[in-house]
Amino acid sequence: MARGEAARDHAALAAPPAVGAEPRPAKSLLRFLTCGSVDDGKSTLIGRLLHDTRMLTDDQRAALEADSRRHGTQGADIDFALLVDGLSAEREQGITIDVAYRYFETPARKFIVADTPGHEQYTRNMVTGASTADLAILLVDARKGLLTQTRRHACLVNLLGIRNIVLAVNKMDLVGHDEGVFAAIVAEFRAFAGRIGMSEPVAIPLSALRGENVTAPAPAMPWYRGPTLLAHLETVEVDAARAQARPFRLPVQWVNRPSQAFRGFAGLIASGTVRPGDEVRVLPAGRTTRVARIVTMDGDLAAAVAGQSVTLTLADEIDCARGSVIAAADAPPQMADQFEATIVWMDAAPLHVGRGYWLKLGTETVSASVAAPKYAINVNTLEHLAAKTLEMNAIGVAEIRCDRAIVFEPYAESRTLGGFILIDKLTNATVAAGMLHFALRRSQNVHWQALEVSREARAALKNQKPAVLWFTGLSGAGKSTIANLVEKRLHRMNRHTFLLDGDNVRHGLCRDLGFTEADRIENIRRVGEVARLMADAGLIVITAFISPFRAEREMVRRMLPEGEFVEIFVDTPLEVAEARDVKGLYAKARAGRLANFTGIDSPYEPPEAPEIRIDTTAVSPEEAARHIVDRLLGED
Amino acid sequence: MTPQAMPRVAARTPDHLDHLDRLEAEAIHILREVVAETEKPVMLYSVGKDSAVMLHLAQKAFYPAPPPFPLLHIASGWDFAAMLAHRDRMAAATGMELLVHHNDAAAAQGVNPFDTPTPVYTRLMLTETLTAALDQHGFDAAFGGARRDEEKARAKERVFSFRGANHAWDPRNQRPELWNLYNARKRRGETIRVFPLSNWTEQDVWAYIARENVPLVPLYFAAERPTVRRGDMLLVVDDDRFRFRPGERAEPRWVRFRTLGCYPLTGAIESRAMTLPEILAEMRASRVSERAGRAVDHDEAASMEKKKQEGYF
Repeated sequence: MARGEAARDHAALAAPPAVGAEPRPAKSLLRFLTCGSVDDGKSTLIGRLLHDTRMLTDDQRAALEADSRRHGTQGADIDFALLVDGLSAEREQGITIDVAYRYFETPARKFIVADTPGHEQYTRNMVTGASTADLAILLVDARKGLLTQTRRHACLVNLLGIRNIVLAVNKMDLVGHDEGVFAAIVAEFRAFAGRIGMSEPVAIPLSALRGENVTAPAPAMPWYRGPTLLAHLETVEVDAARAQARPFRLPVQWVNRPSQAFRGFAGLIASGTVRPGDEVRVLPAGRTTRVARIVTMDGDLAAAVAGQSVTLTLADEIDCARGSVIAAADAPPQMADQFEATIVWMDAAPLHVGRGYWLKLGTETVSASVAAPKYAINVNTLEHLAAKTLEMNAIGVAEIRCDRAIVFEPYAESRTLGGFILIDKLTNATVAAGMLHFALRRSQNVHWQALEVSREARAALKNQKPAVLWFTGLSGAGKSTIANLVEKRLHRMNRHTFLLDGDNVRHGLCRDLGFTEADRIENIRRVGEVARLMADAGLIVITAFISPFRAEREMVRRMLPEGEFVEIFVDTPLEVAEARDVKGLYAKARAGRLANFTGIDSPYEPPEAPEIRIDTTAVSPEEAARHIVDRLLGED
Repeated sequence: MTPQAMPRVAARTPDHLDHLDRLEAEAIHILREVVAETEKPVMLYSVGKDSAVMLHLAQKAFYPAPPPFPLLHIASGWDFAAMLAHRDRMAAATGMELLVHHNDAAAAQGVNPFDTPTPVYTRLMLTETLTAALDQHGFDAAFGGARRDEEKARAKERVFSFRGANHAWDPRNQRPELWNLYNARKRRGETIRVFPLSNWTEQDVWAYIARENVPLVPLYFAAERPTVRRGDMLLVVDDDRFRFRPGERAEPRWVRFRTLGCYPLTGAIESRAMTLPEILAEMRASRVSERAGRAVDHDEAASMEKKKQEGYF
């Protein structure tokens, strides 16, 4: 029978065959990552694993042989690397441009391999591949020994919390299968691993090209008595067992509510075990209840564990939505809004200190900003470097401030509740990956005091609806002029107003700030917070700031209840504003005596969908003010 | 866990999730993320075995509710009759809305799999029909059953694959995907193709179908069917529109399909495997990849990468 043949072939290579034809053996799953620099033979190793575990079919093998003759680097022999180098664009250039995933299996296990390139995008790609891996193979060329890249890869793998490390010393055939060469490389690596607090590596001498110690033992290296690489991959313990041993946590992905009678909370269990009747706490609500049922299409379960996607029902109706975490009541996770974290920057645009980004952690998304880095890490030497920002592929440690508290665990304890991504609010790009260390104490000690008089009550007393009229536009566009006219009109109509002017706040609230991009972001953040307090007090707030960046205007919009932020774009072409030059600033900037001037050597990002747009070349300031007040009060 | 054989029952107890349990949990997580984070998702349903598994996972993900999105079938007009029957049966059984789109204009102009060069036929009847359907309904996310092990170009594609306003895939501009955190935010006009089966192999799909009793179109099982041998391909004469070449005639053979598409372009394999265990045994012994039976992929080198850049799934 065909299946028996396949099993025998595997047996000759590595693992013991499944006993008997039935039942089908249970396979576990291992995800691993291969790292190495350009010529270490990484692709050859993966190609060899696919080949020796019979994952190649006849037509794939024929295609490989044809490709080897055309593009290969191994003469008449098969170039296994070509199996792995996917896209035609990169095949022509002979480089791997991105993370690729490969699959193979033996009777014991299914393997998912993340193959990451060794060239300049290494950090971003390696961190991506490592984030889901249980094990990492660090490849070293026996002729070259440990390189700077090897240390860098080890640091990154360690940073991502991978505990199973294989040091694969490749190309042993090119150093005469010399035990001394192998021993020296292993000793040097062990010393380095100890210094960075990495777990003990398993070292294997091999030749991917010749297939020695990959899936079959190497007669040429009788001095090595350990397992082949494949035998080790088949038996190493995976992290799933650790996650199951920790307290129960279920980040809620989706609330399943097909009818009034059923309310289920769906999600992937991050850690622990759950059974009906278990006492659980739902965060952030902080309420305790019991698990009623574990519902699946195949019938209710008596228990579920980390790694399963389930739907729970609870004994009591309590506040629980996407982003909530259902946790063991006797060991709930913490909540905080300020953290220290390690951040890996992945975008071409560098980190903007203080700017709001989306932070996604588990199933929760909040607005968050990153403080100036405490330091950046040189991944080759682990040195701490001073840094004002983080560029693409840089790694740093910084404080994170979220706009509300989130449920979390340190990354070292939970990848799910400690790992996060940052998303640019305008481009929607994933710009960074982060790993939470701990909550800042001040965040845990500063609580919100509930106030007895609500913002609605304050506004009702003034007989008005609070709003923030946010004027934006170039210097000299006419913002302050129109804003003053609007306030006068509203005041005459017995409305309670306050005007925050860009120039005026720089004499007090913001006098410590300059005009760099970071300072401008902080300036707007402060004004936004003050405007919010005043709106909470029931006032109609009018602000006149250039506020050149969309992201910061959006940040202020999100501080306020829906509909209270009214963005007014005072649209004056640069040449018109420059021709007016009321304060003489354009002349100074053009003469080079004023740096970072919006429109000249600093960008202005016009609003994409402002509530109100004023074309100052078409209407007078008085007409503009009347129009704005009509729009505002018409909506009362 | 040891590599020793372990009885299947033990594998389903909580302490030992096997590889299918993990793949299932991951796919369900992906399906739920999309429903939670996008506005108007749809599931591309091709009626094949991968679609069958994806649909089964969707039912599990949202049980006891039906999956909260419609099914979309792109009918080329040359689909196997058995596939259309199975499609309608599954839509009824799941209680999901079924949308069927077909390029009437191209068909009226005489585009067909016999006379039109295959790449042009595929682009007009499948790729363009799909993108037009997505645009017409305003779907912002579409599930597809593609797997990374199918083809080299797929191996580098993300689970959440973003397409610009023209539906093109840009392999050099993909978002990093870390842990199981998917970033579903998009600009106006952008859409997402989502592949919940990214990490599944063909073997996994068959093993899962066997374990879960996933309903399959009968074409996957061997039966005596009228066939024509044409070069390397073994074609099944599914209806009287089949165009015979000189000297060709229909001969009964025991065949089944590993992969399904338009019947005049899809090769069958000779087989007597009439049950899932027999198919699994045949799979393990197989020395040919599943796409070898598709005329569509042979036509140009790197053809998948090119098609994806045009908006193909």
